[in-house]
Amino acid sequence: MVRYWGGKVVSVIVSLFVLATATFFLMKAIPGDPFTQEKAVPPEIKAKLMAFYGLDKPVWQQYLIYLKKLLHFDLGMSMKSQYQTVSGIIADSFGYSFRLGIFAIVVSVVVGVALGILAAMYHRKLIDSVAMVLAVLGVSVPNFVLASFMQYVLGVKLGWFNVAGLGGPLDYVLPVIALSALPIAYIARLTRSTMLEVLSAEYIKTARAKGLKKRAIIFKHALRNGILPVVTYAGPMTANIVTGSVVVEQIFGIPGLGQYFIASVSNRDYTLIMGITLFYAVILMIARLLTDIAYGLVDPRIGLRSRKGASG
Amino acid sequence: MKDNRTAAVTKQMFKRLSFRPPAEMIAGESVPMWRDVLRRLVSNKLAMAGVVFLVLLAVMAIIGPIISPHDYFTNNLDRTNEPPSSEYWFGTDSLGRDLFSRIWMGARISLIVGLAAAVIDLVVGVIYGGIMGFVGGRTDEVMNKASEILYSIPYLLVVILLLVVLEPSMWTIILALSVTGWINMSWIVRGQILQLKNQEYVLAARSLGASGSRILFKHLIPNTLGPIIVTLTLTVPSAIFSEAFLSFLGLGVQSPAASWGTMINDALASWTLYPWQMLFPALLISLTMLAFNVFGDGLRDAFDPKLKK
Repeated sequence: MVRYWGGKVVSVIVSLFVLATATFFLMKAIPGDPFTQEKAVPPEIKAKLMAFYGLDKPVWQQYLIYLKKLLHFDLGMSMKSQYQTVSGIIADSFGYSFRLGIFAIVVSVVVGVALGILAAMYHRKLIDSVAMVLAVLGVSVPNFVLASFMQYVLGVKLGWFNVAGLGGPLDYVLPVIALSALPIAYIARLTRSTMLEVLSAEYIKTARAKGLKKRAIIFKHALRNGILPVVTYAGPMTANIVTGSVVVEQIFGIPGLGQYFIASVSNRDYTLIMGITLFYAVILMIARLLTDIAYGLVDPRIGLRSRKGASG
Repeated sequence: MKDNRTAAVTKQMFKRLSFRPPAEMIAGESVPMWRDVLRRLVSNKLAMAGVVFLVLLAVMAIIGPIISPHDYFTNNLDRTNEPPSSEYWFGTDSLGRDLFSRIWMGARISLIVGLAAAVIDLVVGVIYGGIMGFVGGRTDEVMNKASEILYSIPYLLVVILLLVVLEPSMWTIILALSVTGWINMSWIVRGQILQLKNQEYVLAARSLGASGSRILFKHLIPNTLGPIIVTLTLTVPSAIFSEAFLSFLGLGVQSPAASWGTMINDALASWTLYPWQMLFPALLISLTMLAFNVFGDGLRDAFDPKLKK
């Protein structure tokens, strides 16, 4: 067990190292530097700036310095926002994105699985049709269309919600709906299609023949197998919500990490781009790790034992 | 009477069979799988409605910009923000460009991006995921790790880097979407195969001496076809979405080329004043994704009648 998780942690560190390296050299491949502006900076000042950020050194030296700082969790100074560290910017902005993301994940899983189970239980009945229409609409209407539509109708026209910002709890409603519409639809479809498959399996027939109640069959027997693809979707869902937050934050004027990410790229703020990229990578790897754990929990056939044997 | 009957039934009415089927082989006419699938697909009205819409969309994507009296890129600053009329069928945008032409140019981009991304994801994802799940052990670990590393780079960053290093265009977006797009498919195939490969029929095939690749391609992958199709169903519209999303953020297709995402972004600032500028691209992208979704559902039901609604 210890060996298994030790191996996992080592592999996360290795992937982060590879990623940090790849990001660093890709950043270097981008033409232009962070001090390219409409108004030309005098060459002496530019040289000083380059020296201050270490950009005058050979690339391999820059790379070593960057790695050394990374080991101390030092992501450096932002090159565009003066006097701000990258970790400071991330710490300030991530709170908004994190709260939005967690709400969106919880809402997605709860509503999605519930819709999927209902649809499978009341197969070909009204509930099924309604759930599937919702699911099809959820994957069909792009989140930025949905977000601007809700902002216009519910915010501007009806005045039920604030148009922008994240002040009170009500302000979370529209962004969370915009973020979770797609995952809800995806989860509902996955749950429904596997539940239908599982419900026609032999062991369910056996359970039914034993006279078990429908509820017991669904929750005790079918759900454990039916939920497996949903668990696989946890990683992509996190990525979906992370990228979705970029556009949703922009539309609702939320000063989250996504906004900084887009801004850092158009500003060519090297240190900020690398910092946010690594940060996103850590989040997605944690999500993958949790997926692996959950995978083993819901399906003992893919247990730790076989993996441990394979990696031992 | 008896004589008459024997006279009516002549020997010429019968054809001699070249072999005599065994008595227990009572089966319907053997129909190739694809014909069976097609028959079930055609009987699904919703899926057919989706197909009809997509065919119309494809036709309009080809002829739309040709039949319009105006091209899609010429600014006409005397005629900005006009509502739909007999001259400008869908109205004009803030630079006086013809929205009718631009909408169908946007359809071209969306369809090409969606189909190209789906084909690449399917081929790469199924092969990669199949090998990961089937071979297992070290190979699985290394390949999974590689895909994990690739996936942990936010695809926005991949796209942005490529858009900066290369020329920002539709092809760059397809390339960028392909770099990470297949990973999701490969994980779903891997998950399914991990689940399937411990089942008895695989053991049976193996003990009959079937080779690894035969078990993978003849037994495991056909049995994961359902989830593969469900995933693919969502790949085409999600590629279309990604292109519009990137263009909406200003990172994708650049003006004067017309993408639905750019058009929606352009219209966003003033859509209380000029709702049609928003309405046409928003409606068309939603309808296109809807059509791909219902078509994909129909295809899934046709491939796997067990799952039929």
